[in-house]
Amino acid sequence: MATSNLPHHISQQFDKELEDIRSKVLAMGGLVEDHLQRVLDCLSKGDLEAAEYVAVNDYKVNSLEVEIDSDCTEILLRRQPAAGDLRLVLSVSKAITDLERIGDESEKIARLILQLESSRPLTIYYVGMVGVGYHVRRMLRTALDAFARMDAAAALRVAQEDKEIDTETDAIMRQLITYMMEDPRAISPVLYAVLSLRALERIGDHARNICENVIYLVEGKDVRHVALEQVEAELSLPREART
Amino acid sequence: MQPTPDNSESPAPDASTPLPVSRRLVGLTRPEAAPAPAPASCLSVQNLDLFYGETRALKDIRMEIPAKQVTAFIGPSGCGKSTLLRCFNRMNDLIDGVRITGGVLLDGQDIYAPSVNVANLRRRVGMVFQKPNPFPKSIYENVAYGLRIQGVRSRRTLDKTVERSLRAAALWDEVKDRLHDSALGLSGGQQQRLVIARAVAVEPEVLLLDEPASALDPISTLKIEELIYELKSDYTIVIVTHNMQQAARVSDHTAFMYLGELIEFDATKTLFTRPRLKKTEDYITGRYG
Repeated sequence: MATSNLPHHISQQFDKELEDIRSKVLAMGGLVEDHLQRVLDCLSKGDLEAAEYVAVNDYKVNSLEVEIDSDCTEILLRRQPAAGDLRLVLSVSKAITDLERIGDESEKIARLILQLESSRPLTIYYVGMVGVGYHVRRMLRTALDAFARMDAAAALRVAQEDKEIDTETDAIMRQLITYMMEDPRAISPVLYAVLSLRALERIGDHARNICENVIYLVEGKDVRHVALEQVEAELSLPREART
Repeated sequence: MQPTPDNSESPAPDASTPLPVSRRLVGLTRPEAAPAPAPASCLSVQNLDLFYGETRALKDIRMEIPAKQVTAFIGPSGCGKSTLLRCFNRMNDLIDGVRITGGVLLDGQDIYAPSVNVANLRRRVGMVFQKPNPFPKSIYENVAYGLRIQGVRSRRTLDKTVERSLRAAALWDEVKDRLHDSALGLSGGQQQRLVIARAVAVEPEVLLLDEPASALDPISTLKIEELIYELKSDYTIVIVTHNMQQAARVSDHTAFMYLGELIEFDATKTLFTRPRLKKTEDYITGRYG
């Protein structure tokens, strides 16, 4: 049941409080997406200033997480929300954790690049993973869109893309291992690349978690640890037939 | 069943499969919790209509009130929740011009059958009202009254029952040294608990509570709610309340009523977290006054 389609609360103040946390989450999402884009710019074009920007500004993402959680606490305390409103507050509280972690993973990649760059230039080891990077960024963008539009079907499609990320990541990993086998001097920089690749993969996982939250928000169904095929089958049923 | 070493999706494991470490099995199917058996029903409402003169105040109500659980009726003013509650012990018989079609079964027996002893029905189905209404008698006599009119004379039986009932109503410790003081000297919260003790003394099966705490202060309200939680192990409880948070706190099942109709009836947790109908969602989220 889409909260945004319902008439307003009798308490306009309550309406405003809910709208505020929705907007703040989307703002936090935008910030996290921006940091991820800067990291990808660094990976693809060698823009080290972008990496430095992310490393220095990650605190803004953390502050937003704390601020939004505080707002959620206050809504729970004052309004005792029920049904869709309750699910909104709970899913916002969970989504911001995933967004903050995405921010951390971006910061991690930025710091790895900066560390590596201090000893030797960026190499082809990173080029391969730019594709994965853009893929997870698209996932994040679509997950946030699905949240804004309360679109469970779109959220499910994004969640299902996580499998593709795994496949792509495995292929790049095999390539990186080959580099290490060919030349022992490559081991150190390749390990940095491996860590960066893992960070990108985790961003995909977090984007998937955000999608699971959107499904919970819209459908009231907790789909964590449930096979996505099962979720898809159930969402294709008319509302009355679903459990 | 071994996890496959390639990238294909592994089949869902059965109970004997050791859980693999591979994170590719992210999509494990969560074993479905065995569905809880439906609770036995104590009161069964069957196609119930109620008319005040020509006005149809209750429209084709059908519900099963589970035994030894708390069921709450919520809904805006005038939706018929108190009217429905009063059907369960035929209090509406006392109102001129009331006509009922359909039936209410208590343990399978129609309470509106001509052969029913209404006084006995009201012993089996006790009622507590919004405004506490102790008799202008002593605390002891309030509780003993129901037994006395049943013909119980034995002092020991009366004493034992009075103590048991006052303990059940969480009032014994506060009044045990002044049982023969007037009940009217008690506070509002204490009077309400006395009224509950009075209802419980005659060993009912069902307790009907019509906004039992709305005239009380917050502390007394919480004590009544705590009492309801304890009483449900022995009695089926139906509570009408305007306070949705109270319904969410105390009840196992909730019925949402609107303009004389039953709109939605479900486990409280489900109704308050993901109601099926928009009308219900509108009401419980405060988008409807």
